Amino acid sequence: MNKQTREIVIPSQLLGDIKNKKAGHGTFIENGKIYAEILGVLSADSEHINVIPLRGRYDPIQGDFVIGIVIEAMSSSWLVDINAAYPALLHVNEVQWDVEFGETERYLNAGDTIMAKVLQVDSEKKLQITLKDRNLYKVKGGNLISVEPSKVPRIIGKKASMISLIKKYTRSRIFVGQNGRIWIEGEGQDVQKAIEIIELIQKEALSYGLTNKIEDLLKKDSKEVH
Amino acid sequence: MKTEIKLIKNGKRLDGRKNDELRPIKIEAGVLHRAEGSCYLEWGGNKVLAAVYGPREAVPRHTQNPLRAIVNARYNMAAFSVDDRKRPGPDRRSREISKVISEALENIIITEKFPRASIDVSIEILDAEAGTRCAGLTAAAEALVDAGIPLKDIPVACAAGKIEGEIVLDLGKEEDNFGDADLPIAIAPRTGEILLLQMDGHLTQKEFDKALDLAIKGCKTIAELQKKAILEKYQKNMEG
Repeated sequence: MNKQTREIVIPSQLLGDIKNKKAGHGTFIENGKIYAEILGVLSADSEHINVIPLRGRYDPIQGDFVIGIVIEAMSSSWLVDINAAYPALLHVNEVQWDVEFGETERYLNAGDTIMAKVLQVDSEKKLQITLKDRNLYKVKGGNLISVEPSKVPRIIGKKASMISLIKKYTRSRIFVGQNGRIWIEGEGQDVQKAIEIIELIQKEALSYGLTNKIEDLLKKDSKEVH
Repeated sequence: MKTEIKLIKNGKRLDGRKNDELRPIKIEAGVLHRAEGSCYLEWGGNKVLAAVYGPREAVPRHTQNPLRAIVNARYNMAAFSVDDRKRPGPDRRSREISKVISEALENIIITEKFPRASIDVSIEILDAEAGTRCAGLTAAAEALVDAGIPLKDIPVACAAGKIEGEIVLDLGKEEDNFGDADLPIAIAPRTGEILLLQMDGHLTQKEFDKALDLAIKGCKTIAELQKKAILEKYQKNMEG
């Protein structure tokens, strides 16, 4: 696995036989053959054939940390946009404040940004989120940027290697939501730098050895500053 | 049918094509920024823009299906797309086309993945020159791929017809107006399933079979162009 480019597959492309491999994410089976169902990048391990999506909405998974924007405050809950196909429900029981019935607007209003955790996804894809976990709160200040949800794993890196690099060299606070929203806070220049780097990662998400490349780039720049 | 125009001269059609030749087709994916997926397509004199929005929660609520997504395609002709100004807004014809395209797309989208949602496809005909429903459906399919929506196949449409007693592929404007029959179809190229089939005019059983075969052949050619267009866009993206 060195210099080859990753293969882009399109829906209905034949990927293999179920006798040899198991069908993973982004694939479907018909008559014993595995086909791609979405536009994406082929990624096969020893057991499964997966297609990593290139485009599309965030598909919520229980336990994911996301950044949401409040759409509406209702009498005992809020509706929150988390960039999924469906709005998510945040019930008053799931926040750290003691909210009285009908007083939700005192705490969160339409347009407010929150860091949240996906609490539940049911079979009808009804979504519930919660603020009751470590470090979840209403966001004040900072910058919010959006990336393709499918690129988030690359931005975080293996064992958060990529994101800790960016944090270290740009001296910013960064929170990456699994839904493709990223919150950055720091000095103006540093934030600019972080945004540039994230955009670069997004652009080159499919190349190999990206973490090393980004590290070199960040090192070089930080030297120029000194 | 009395026509002054000779549609076939010396074995060639009005625009110089052979009987089994398509008009030139140009496909470009991902042209709009606000839509989840989009496609611009030129097919002879047709110019079509298709955009996909969603999957998103379907409104009004009673249209939601708790088991699968609904597909709303909206076919619309611009006022300036035809010789005489077309009165804007949906009419009997465009509502029919919207319906048949919606149903064709519903068959290949894996709708079970998005319960209660709707997938909205907007097809705008900017310039019309016969065969807009085929062009519209082909563009819509490309936009769906671009939107990252799970599909079982990439549908593709093409028409065949009969002019002056001969079966020809992909009718042009005069051929459509003065010809004997028009047979637009849409297929799922992987399985060969037929997703849409309409017919205008008269064909014998034999002629029909021949026209169908010819149209399917045309569809398969266009399917290759579709795949090429999407790969081109994303491979270029990868190289930065």
